[in-house]
Amino acid sequence: MSADRTVEIKIKRQMTPDGPSRWETFRVTVRPAMNIVGVLMQIAENPVTVDGKATAPVSYDANCLEEVCGSCAMRINGRVRMACSSLVDHLQAPIRLEPMSRFPVVRDLQVDRSRLFEDLKRVKAWIPIDGTYDLGPGPRMAPREQEAAYPFSRCISCGSCLEVCPQYNDGTHFVGAAVVGQVRLFNSYPTGKMNAYERLEALMGPGGIHECGYAQNCVEICPKEIPLTQAIAEVGGQVMRHALFEFLKK
Amino acid sequence: MAELGVPVEVFSIVPVKRSHSVCAQGGINAAKDLKGEGDSTWKHFDDTVFGGDFLANQPPVRDMTEAAPGIVDMLDRMGVMFNRTSEGLLDFRRFGGTLYSRTAFAGATTGQQLLYALDEQVRRFEAEGRVRKFEHWEMLSGVVDSNRACRGICAMDLRSMEVRTFPADAVIIATGGIGAIFGRSTNSVACTGSAQSALYQQGAYYANPEFVQVHPTAIPGEDKLRLMSESARGEGGRMWVPRDGKNWYFLEEWYPKYGNLVPRDIATRAIHKVVYELGLGVDGQPAVYLDLTHIDAKTLDRKLGGILETYEKFVGVDPRKEPMKVFPGMHYTMGGLWVDYKHRTNIAGLLAAGECEYQYHGANRLGANALLSCIYAGRVSGTAAVEHVQGLANGSDSVPSTVFEREARQQQELNDNLLKGQGTENPFAIWKEMGAGMTEHVTVIRNNDKLKKWDEKLVELLERSKRINLSDHSRWANQTLVFARELGNMLQLARAITLGALARNESRGAHYKPDFPERDDQNWLQTTKAYFAPDADEPRFVYEPVDTSLMPLRERKY
Repeated sequence: MSADRTVEIKIKRQMTPDGPSRWETFRVTVRPAMNIVGVLMQIAENPVTVDGKATAPVSYDANCLEEVCGSCAMRINGRVRMACSSLVDHLQAPIRLEPMSRFPVVRDLQVDRSRLFEDLKRVKAWIPIDGTYDLGPGPRMAPREQEAAYPFSRCISCGSCLEVCPQYNDGTHFVGAAVVGQVRLFNSYPTGKMNAYERLEALMGPGGIHECGYAQNCVEICPKEIPLTQAIAEVGGQVMRHALFEFLKK
Repeated sequence: MAELGVPVEVFSIVPVKRSHSVCAQGGINAAKDLKGEGDSTWKHFDDTVFGGDFLANQPPVRDMTEAAPGIVDMLDRMGVMFNRTSEGLLDFRRFGGTLYSRTAFAGATTGQQLLYALDEQVRRFEAEGRVRKFEHWEMLSGVVDSNRACRGICAMDLRSMEVRTFPADAVIIATGGIGAIFGRSTNSVACTGSAQSALYQQGAYYANPEFVQVHPTAIPGEDKLRLMSESARGEGGRMWVPRDGKNWYFLEEWYPKYGNLVPRDIATRAIHKVVYELGLGVDGQPAVYLDLTHIDAKTLDRKLGGILETYEKFVGVDPRKEPMKVFPGMHYTMGGLWVDYKHRTNIAGLLAAGECEYQYHGANRLGANALLSCIYAGRVSGTAAVEHVQGLANGSDSVPSTVFEREARQQQELNDNLLKGQGTENPFAIWKEMGAGMTEHVTVIRNNDKLKKWDEKLVELLERSKRINLSDHSRWANQTLVFARELGNMLQLARAITLGALARNESRGAHYKPDFPERDDQNWLQTTKAYFAPDADEPRFVYEPVDTSLMPLRERKY
């Protein structure tokens, strides 16, 4: 039997939102198909650094571990990734883990992404149904349209696209690609079209779609491979047409 | 409820959008009969009761299956991107335990889509000020007054660790599954069953704890077992193992009528037999093949895209080209808080909906019935909660503040004691032992001797859990403290599951005892009701007859 293979993990720690940060290094035993959540679970069982110093387990967000809940986004070797689908064997050691940088740190690798959910409210990312009582079937929809819209319904609100967006900051208040993707989704649903103007108007104000700098980092980083730049282009066009139309009405 | 103008507060450990329902892949059942097969809600009812081996009360199952087409329509109106037919209608596919195409689906991410649609409606109500959300809060206990009525909840902010009570005239528990009790399962991290366990310890009945569904096709993993949806078989996936140099399609041979689409308990036991009795696991490992390679890649991507991606990502092999390796994994609890047909528990003002209650699935749940039952239960319980509130003589504001203060103090003391604990035990290590033992003794095959011994071990683990030394003593976002709290609750529920299984000397649905291989309707056509408090500190059981008034019993054979 060969000795257990180990890997060095460097983690940026921060106990409180405004406290100082520091790096700690751990050594974990590598298991087959081990992911970063597995690494953090192993550390929690025995939270001792390479220098033999006892420390607290690392705080992080994780839930489904299948890359559908969107919880476990973090910076892994400098790039934002989902911890559950990041396999140790595919990463260069020592592996560095840091919290996402565009959101306030709660503790260690946990961040507060509530702004993303607030922005979904801003653009009214829903179908305003009349009620939950039985009103018969929904609208018909061509399979082609459904297939084109479906990828956008798979957005897990992980915030990866916001992490890499140069425009996503307090200066612009840009809502970011994920939210624009949702506008694309709801505006293409047959009954969602009826309120498309509301979503478009929300994207015309501060933080709206004009803040996009077309860096296209979003589409490259998206773990669900959602065609985000396509959404930005389509919704950008919708916003422009809507603005022109409103202007001509005056 | 919000629709009826009742103010609602929602508490959730994770942001609602990140809840476990996102993992449901295959679909939602509704007998809309859009394929000209002659399907009907009665047949859906029959399949569900039969699939559950007649342990479910029949009237609520009938009502659910009748409501199903309307529920799918509602979701459709909410904008769920269901797959469509060429006419633009909803497409349906076949699932386990039925001969009809009854499952509406949105690719292989149906649960995600349905949860999102409902979350969006809640967000809309939230924006309108009709719903208030408390995300990153964990429910710790109910506030139960001297008349044994629930008057609110006690919850903890998972960041500031503040413990606080929230008065309410009605409380609905919708806390999902209990997978973490089995260590690794297909469930999400938050599915510990901690909330239902706390309420059970406060006097709520917990029904049919011994009925635990093991999904036949999970992808084994170090951190969790990832589900390989039944829809893979619904779309034509075939299960086989190599035997004498040939592919042996054991399900097709043993169950010619249903083939690869036998219900989950039957498929699970078949795989166990192939691997452990016949020694035919792939490469000598506990694994069998689930093969999609005969279906063209384009069709697979369109209908199963999401789940194939999952397999590829986490295993590193392309299932379009190579058969997948799968093995059964703990997936769902049919048991849960006891509720009546209006989803009221035995504690007044406390209701439950979804996987955390027991109402619809009897001894085994059919695929694509979970999403249906949780939405239907949510609807029934919501209406019943409003009814309860309106009929209340004295609201929660009439309850003396001491009742709330006492509960908050008790829960705070639990935290303080854990934080001060100077023992030697590590909560994660105890959890691992619990999970391994539960998986070994209380899943696919149950044996009375082993169950007895395992319960003794659980008692020992409970003792050890009182001597925990937290590796984190801080009072901000302390996940170790939260976990240690949940562990105590998991252990208590683990005992109810184990002893419930020990008591039931028969085999029915997911509950299988080689020493009692037959269903025994004479003695066991009964709902198990486990209780804990107020006059016991361990699970005790009473039994109640099952309502089989609508459909006569018959042998469950596929």
